[in-house]
Amino acid sequence: MTAFLRAVWEFVVGDDWLLALGVTIALGITALLAAADIAAWWVAPVLIPVFLVASIRRALGPR
Amino acid sequence: MPTHASSPSTIARTRKASSALAGTGAALAVLAVAAAVLGPALTSLPISVLRLVVGGLLLVFGLQWLRKAILRAAGAKALHDEEAIFAEQAAEAEDAPPPGEGLDRYAFAICFKAVALEGLEVLFIVLTFGANQHDVGLAALAAAAAVLAVLGLGLAVRAPLARVPENTMKFAVGVLLSAFGIFWGAEGAGASWPGNEASLPFLVAFLALTALALVRYARGARRTVPAPVAPAPGVEA
Repeated sequence: MTAFLRAVWEFVVGDDWLLALGVTIALGITALLAAADIAAWWVAPVLIPVFLVASIRRALGPR
Repeated sequence: MPTHASSPSTIARTRKASSALAGTGAALAVLAVAAAVLGPALTSLPISVLRLVVGGLLLVFGLQWLRKAILRAAGAKALHDEEAIFAEQAAEAEDAPPPGEGLDRYAFAICFKAVALEGLEVLFIVLTFGANQHDVGLAALAAAAAVLAVLGLGLAVRAPLARVPENTMKFAVGVLLSAFGIFWGAEGAGASWPGNEASLPFLVAFLALTALALVRYARGARRTVPAPVAPAPGVEA
């Protein structure tokens, strides 16, 4: 069971959990704004690159 | 057992080709059954839930591909050296217990594992694209054609596919998966895109430019031992 869960985690989350967290946060904020009838299409295009930059910086290590 | 999945074409060349083909065929059969079960299950979900889940997963997969492609293009992560991988896998296959009469279990198991694991991610992407357009059949047909083309190429060449611009392809696929993931994920979460589908090309262009800028940034910032640098689209090496 542990091996199965680990395989699912590696399949979905991959090398950097930060990207999966970023996707969850971006879509979560989008859903909250949309539920309040506020334009929300811009949230993911703004937040996803921010998390991608953070993930690349993490991979490059401390400067 | 090797620690990574060997390619079926390597195994077919160094072990019993019939057992390698049997393992590949068995894995394709398992993937076909999975597609037949998962396809209808996905299309039965409400469209907003489907787009949110599918968009989110496509986005996660796309960003993983893009991240690796950016790091490889910047030289911060080693490129796949197909010639070296081929030589290493061929040596591993030759070191394994020799095949006896009948089925070569080593060749069967390695090919089954390689095709099933790599195919699962492709299957998921194909099913989700098809389910979103309510045409899983067409998407599955296109994927099957692609599988047969790659399989035929692997069998015909029976050598490492070293000339394929792998990183450029992964870069492009990462951008496209991420763009579709953002589009569908946001729609599923309740957002409305200006211009509906017309906003997709802008999303693709925006992500591609962002990723290219990140390649330049990473090239300047990396402090690792220099590794082979892959040309990213539009970026001088």
